[in-house]
Amino acid sequence: MGNILDILGGIFLVVGSLSLLIASIGIYRMPDFYNRIQVGTKASTFGLLLIVVGVALISPITWIGKLIALMLFVLFTNPISSHVIARAAYFTKVPFTKETKVDKLHDVISEGHMKKVKNNG
Amino acid sequence: MKNYALMFLTLITFWVLLNSSVDPEVLVIGSGVSLLVSLIFCAKCDVFSEINFTPKAIVATVMFIVTFVSALVRANLSITKRVLSPSLPLNPGIVQVKTKLKSKVGRMVLANAITLTPGTFTLEIDGENLYIHWVDVKSGDQEESTKEIVSGFEKYLELMYG
Amino acid sequence: MIYTAVAISLVSVLVALVRFVKGPEKVDRIVALDVVSIIGISVILLLATIMKRVIYIDIALVYAILGFIGVIVVSRFLKRGL
Repeated sequence: MGNILDILGGIFLVVGSLSLLIASIGIYRMPDFYNRIQVGTKASTFGLLLIVVGVALISPITWIGKLIALMLFVLFTNPISSHVIARAAYFTKVPFTKETKVDKLHDVISEGHMKKVKNNG
Repeated sequence: MKNYALMFLTLITFWVLLNSSVDPEVLVIGSGVSLLVSLIFCAKCDVFSEINFTPKAIVATVMFIVTFVSALVRANLSITKRVLSPSLPLNPGIVQVKTKLKSKVGRMVLANAITLTPGTFTLEIDGENLYIHWVDVKSGDQEESTKEIVSGFEKYLELMYG
Repeated sequence: MIYTAVAISLVSVLVALVRFVKGPEKVDRIVALDVVSIIGISVILLLATIMKRVIYIDIALVYAILGFIGVIVVSRFLKRGL
């Protein structure tokens, strides 16, 4: 029984680390910042989740509390931190790639329709 | 009163998870500290009071988690395909969508879920408008983008957070 | 199998560091830093499994908290100065 869990956990670990590899290849290959941060956030969060599940399958049962706490923390904070980076990039005018079609946010800001004051972090 | 109780429950749950034991001394110390912290710092934290606890909301929570996990897996499959294809197929743009959710926590969970689902990324939140960077823009129209991106999660989050 | 996972993670650290060195903008470097810290957390988890020590998971948790705060501080600094 323990053997099956070990093999299953090993598969989760390898797939998770492959997802981390996809994240780093993505931030290497993508043409502009906004596409890089999309790939980086999604693939790295997914890879870390898979690795946490794999470690939980392999390791003793008493570790599972800490692993659940770590998983919840990463799942809530990783999108927030990349959202903060993307806002900083947008408002310091990091350039888009040439293929970008529409930019609704630029239209709204230039018409002065934003509801809140734009200088709060 | 409900605020204090929910804060206390959250703190003690994390304490037990981090200690991974339910010995009497661990529980006594943890509940003392959690009670103190929630009494001092939770004078007007209304973050947790927006969550519903009706049976319908609990079913909606389970359905939300199922939808979210399947969207996460699909997002990573599509990203893998996009990254590893030699020509890098991209059609990016920023679109505007509207949400019907009123509560702050509901909007935060919606933005996080949008960030982790296929091809979309929350760039800015301004009241009820969300500005989303979309890798493969299908149309710049606001209502069609709203239907495409938001409504899958919104119907469960409306029940969860009211 | 677990050693394969460690090897793949270390290779992905190297690939992300290429973007960290090249990155034309400052925010590109922050994204690379974020990905590298996530990979670091998962390598610490794998080490905890190999060495069978539960205390390493606490280290991973603290590293997650510090990475989150560091990324937010650097982005706020870029947006409006200290």
